[in-house]
Amino acid sequence: MSVATADGGRNGIFTPFNLVTGVILLGGAIILTIRFTTGLASTTNLSNTNPWGLWIGFDVMAGVALAAGGFVISSAVFLFGMKEYQSVVRPALLTGFLGYALVVLGLLADLGRPWRLPFPFIKQAGPTSPLFEVSLCVALYLTVLFIETTPAVFEWLGLKWWRQLVGKLTIVLTMFGLILSTMHQSTLGAMYMVTPTKLHPLWYSSQIPVQFFISAIAAGISMIIVEGWVSHSAFHHQAQISDEEFRNINFGLAKGGAVVLVTYLAVKVVALSLENEWRLLATSWGAWYLVELIGFVVAPCILFVVAYRERRLGLARLAAAMTVLGVVLNRFNVTFIAFNWQVPQEMRYAPAWTEVWVTVSLITFAVVVFRWVATRMPIMYDHPDYPALH
Amino acid sequence: MSMSRRGFVGALAVGAGAFSSDTADAGTIEHFEGYPDRYGLLHDTTLCVGCRSCEVACAKVNALPKPKQKAGDLDIFESVRRTTTTAYTVVNRYQEADGETPPVYRKLQCMHCNEPCCAAVCLVHAFTKTPEGPILYDPEVCIGCRYCIMACPYYALAYDYDNPIDPQVLRCTMCYSRIRDGLNPGCADACPAGAITFGRRDDLLKVARDRIRKFPDRYINHVFGEYEFGGTSWLMLAGVPFRELDLHDGVTHESLPAIGTSYLSVVPLIVTIYPGLLAAFYAFTKRKDTLAKRELEAALAQAREDAQEEMKVGLSKAAEKAKKDKERAVETAVKKALAEQGEGGPS
Repeated sequence: MSVATADGGRNGIFTPFNLVTGVILLGGAIILTIRFTTGLASTTNLSNTNPWGLWIGFDVMAGVALAAGGFVISSAVFLFGMKEYQSVVRPALLTGFLGYALVVLGLLADLGRPWRLPFPFIKQAGPTSPLFEVSLCVALYLTVLFIETTPAVFEWLGLKWWRQLVGKLTIVLTMFGLILSTMHQSTLGAMYMVTPTKLHPLWYSSQIPVQFFISAIAAGISMIIVEGWVSHSAFHHQAQISDEEFRNINFGLAKGGAVVLVTYLAVKVVALSLENEWRLLATSWGAWYLVELIGFVVAPCILFVVAYRERRLGLARLAAAMTVLGVVLNRFNVTFIAFNWQVPQEMRYAPAWTEVWVTVSLITFAVVVFRWVATRMPIMYDHPDYPALH
Repeated sequence: MSMSRRGFVGALAVGAGAFSSDTADAGTIEHFEGYPDRYGLLHDTTLCVGCRSCEVACAKVNALPKPKQKAGDLDIFESVRRTTTTAYTVVNRYQEADGETPPVYRKLQCMHCNEPCCAAVCLVHAFTKTPEGPILYDPEVCIGCRYCIMACPYYALAYDYDNPIDPQVLRCTMCYSRIRDGLNPGCADACPAGAITFGRRDDLLKVARDRIRKFPDRYINHVFGEYEFGGTSWLMLAGVPFRELDLHDGVTHESLPAIGTSYLSVVPLIVTIYPGLLAAFYAFTKRKDTLAKRELEAALAQAREDAQEEMKVGLSKAAEKAKKDKERAVETAVKKALAEQGEGGPS
């Protein structure tokens, strides 16, 4: 990974990391400039048949799911007393905050009139819309994540009084985060309940809200493992926990991941049975569905179990990466692959390279900010002046 | 809030109650039949000759650019077309002429659903179902999210992808201003084949059923739009199954908003139940910790007590032993003294 050296930035501006990210971000900025001066048509393959593409499919649908680690781990630690995972709370919350910030940035790029983003709350509300609920929850949850991230900032700046104030809010913020996450993670799926004729029946389900929620938990847990994988090597010198503790945390997460994936599999199978869509598995769409379900749900689930039982960290990381990919694939399927499955081939959607570039730019931007924050603030370790406050 | 909105939202019967106070009747068993006397249009595809006069008329009354390819140009039917921001209606050919059977065309435009899904999913409520039937759009609140286009089962909405400043969602307005002035929609007046009829929706249903009854060989015994997803203002008659016209026949009579936004009724439950539930979980965890701590303390106290007891017993034993030792020592000393006295006694 090019982020391997956390202090790479201090060896001058033109490090390989800075050069690569610089080129990506500059390209993204140019594309977005074109998008905001000439409209969506010039930089996207969106059409009246496919009004939503990669920017919604990845930046919003997958992004929100991948940023679920924050609420999952903070609930586990602060509400359910699993204190041994305390050391991953801060990186997970920071990842969550940056993830949601990306969701909003991606949405701003995709919206026709992004400056009207607050309109549902200040001008005219459409409370019958699932999207209204999602935007309200995302706005509130982004605020919650922001507040949950501030302790590290306050410790860094030495603002003791503020740090203690936020510390006292921990339980309330965690509860609020879990409530908001349950609501919008599931409602993102509910947004597709209005498209029974457009979304392939294998993916369309009256239970899609539950499927989205549970798969988001799997994605969140897996993202903590993946994020630990990258940052543990990059910020190894900062880590206060022993390698043994770090491994144990990962195996605990692997166990949790396996349980969540089994639950998800059960929910998916129940939906297949309820809507009696078994016969569709024999079609080519069924084969693609099985790739998603067996390749990216059953397989990582088994790998998680083996990793936990045999204490193999590499396997846990492989399973986590597969789970993350699987959830992204699921969101892609729902948003544009299995969506509009019946329209003529020439009307099908595939993202333009400019769309891909902007999405990659947004992810790069998040990595850069994460790296900047984590090299300066107490994210990977406890600040010596604030022992066991959080 | 306008009456139309109230009636519409009430009819949706979805869980908007959490956010809006005027939907107190949401979730009741009442059924909204739709505005009485609302207008509609009937497209009889068996009469349609694919001349696209409706497209030309539509462009004219809506002040849109004239269709590029002239009416009567058959090349245009080689590919399927969809409505755009400059063409609110398009005619597609679904079956070519085959011997005796003529080609089959279908006119595509906003169907003006009785319970429009585009309106239900709009997070700024930019769409209004008017009592007259047409669905109107308010560009002043639209944020350009395009969920309405996603949600439309008929692919009838178009968006300004070329406009970076004020893109709009555009579609057939059923010539709202014209019908308010007592005129027919542009397309209905322009159709030379009599394939488009404008009127009260209830009357059009009678007309359609009449035609099916009179010419049972000519028509499929189904009026498309009477019940599909709660029904539409545009109705269709056809001589071939509607699925061959790229429509989903045999879909539920329930409206899309009723199917698709029912989940929102769960949301208030999450908001109301979670805090107590989570507080309970937190209390369980705390209590477990407290109990464990208390047990530990009790065990420690017990151990301390035991140790003290042991010490006491040990002490008293030691004291007793010391006492005995002392007594013995005294005894020995006395005996010794007596013996000494006896040996060297008074002579």
